[in-house]
Amino acid sequence: MKLKKKKPETFDLVNGVVMILMMAVMIFPFWYCIAGSLNDGTDYLRGGVYLWPREFVLSNYKAVFRDASIFNAFKITILKSIVGTATSLMVTALAAYAMTRPALKGKRFYAPFMTLTMYFGGGLIPYFIIIKDLHLYDSFWVYIIPGLFSVWNMIILRSFFAELPGELIEAAKLDGAGEYRIFFQIVLPLSKAVLATIVLFSLVGHWNSYFDSMMYTSSQELQTIQFFLKKMITDPGTASSLASSAAMAIPAEARKVTPQTIKLAAMVVTSLPIICVYPFLQKYFVKGTMVGSVKG
Amino acid sequence: MKQAKTIRGHRKVREQLALQSMILPALIVLFIFAYMPMYGIIIAFKDFNIRDGIWGSAWVGLKYFREFLKDPNLWNVMRNTLVLNVLGTLVCFPAPILLALLINELPNGRFKKVSQTVSYLPHFLSWVIFAGLVLEILRPSGILSDLCVALGLSGQPVNFMAHGSWFYIIFVLSSLIKGLGYGSIIYVAALAGVDQEIYEAARVDGCTRMQRILHISLPCIMGTVVVMLILQIGSILNTGIEQILMYQNAMNLPFSETLDTYVYKVGIAQGRMSYSTAVSLLKSVISVILLVVANTFSKKVTDKGLF
Repeated sequence: MKLKKKKPETFDLVNGVVMILMMAVMIFPFWYCIAGSLNDGTDYLRGGVYLWPREFVLSNYKAVFRDASIFNAFKITILKSIVGTATSLMVTALAAYAMTRPALKGKRFYAPFMTLTMYFGGGLIPYFIIIKDLHLYDSFWVYIIPGLFSVWNMIILRSFFAELPGELIEAAKLDGAGEYRIFFQIVLPLSKAVLATIVLFSLVGHWNSYFDSMMYTSSQELQTIQFFLKKMITDPGTASSLASSAAMAIPAEARKVTPQTIKLAAMVVTSLPIICVYPFLQKYFVKGTMVGSVKG
Repeated sequence: MKQAKTIRGHRKVREQLALQSMILPALIVLFIFAYMPMYGIIIAFKDFNIRDGIWGSAWVGLKYFREFLKDPNLWNVMRNTLVLNVLGTLVCFPAPILLALLINELPNGRFKKVSQTVSYLPHFLSWVIFAGLVLEILRPSGILSDLCVALGLSGQPVNFMAHGSWFYIIFVLSSLIKGLGYGSIIYVAALAGVDQEIYEAARVDGCTRMQRILHISLPCIMGTVVVMLILQIGSILNTGIEQILMYQNAMNLPFSETLDTYVYKVGIAQGRMSYSTAVSLLKSVISVILLVVANTFSKKVTDKGLF
């Protein structure tokens, strides 16, 4: 009897330790990066800065916020994320609502027309040619227009809309409301939870991608922050030119800013907005992921 | 009476027009950005040049497919694609299931919630940032190298990125850490749907925790597992290009060049667009076939499938 009672306890203990280890692995890389970014740049190169800055400075962050090209990259990324998310949400939600209406004609054709694209696509080069032919290459709109509609998000929205009480819509119909009015005044206000999910997915996707910027733009002014960081990380030249321009701007702190540490500071600044927001939206994206994988 | 009918008819037309106009933008976007590129695939059978365009370029039949079979890079690229995927699936597929089973055993409360939230963290970092962090940890004067020296595993600082074949391990482990928590969401949700009375009954019958996990929890999420596995098999030729391009360097190129990165480089950097499209078409066709085969197989054996 005593043994039986003890066994689950050891299990719980081991399980707790496993979880703590798991959390350590998840947090450590970012923690390590923060510690490095707050450390004196020249001193950092000696190594040994693991958990806490050895010579605490804020110069790397000052350098990041002063740099005009980083500032511009942030501006483009914010603009792209907001405009892209808002427009895509509108187009996708309208289509999802229409797909739930029994009166919609042609649904039997539209549904496979949409889902086929989830399994098969044209591939990188044909897509690239289309982008060029449409003169979207190296334009801000290449970030927005191709993503106006997302089949994946449409499926999530559709399954949510389909569960709204149908009597509500029918009653509005009897009162003479048109489809647009029903959509904007009844359906959207009732769907805040699912809209929050889609907004989160879309914002994170826009904020975190670098491939679009690398593939479909060439001018410096259209570069997103992720692509800028990618260049800083994989091409040492970018980071060192940044560090030297920072050194010129603030000569007193020149030795405190190195390519290594300015890179770390830029990484922290870029990821902080999302890290601060996602824990509070957990409920929403957990639901969204479930619907997406079950219905998709 | 007749008038009422026509009014109702008018309203029906108006309603239909409204609905169609709601769905039209979506259809146009899909047509242009999904179906036009599919049409563009025909350049795999043509000698594409920009001046003549997709339609005007001359047909060359299977020339580029034959070329691919003779490509000296073919076996290397295929080997890397398959090794990365098979290794990745073996490690990264079961791990979220295991994590979900463990999370499910935690008592409801703050610790459980915090564990879950923290486990999602790497998912929300972009590949640029996450790979940047990994590279920082792996650099010759970084923490891991110091650790190896301190433990006497190596006499001098270790440059992890300079060992080509280590790329496999770096790729798989970083995929594991980045996707572990987020991948567990769906299984945790499936486990939350299991009737708690079954667990109660098992406890009364004297089942141990391990027995409950193996005989109740696991069978209950088997359906979800099968669906996820089919999806995984359908994407066996996909290797995250955003991730690989971050880690790729001259030393590990023989181990890090996969179909995706090869298509990108040959097509964009070298401008051999027809050839690159032929390679990516082969890849898509094989993927679709694998997906269908996996689905049929699973339907036969487990009665569960995607479609």
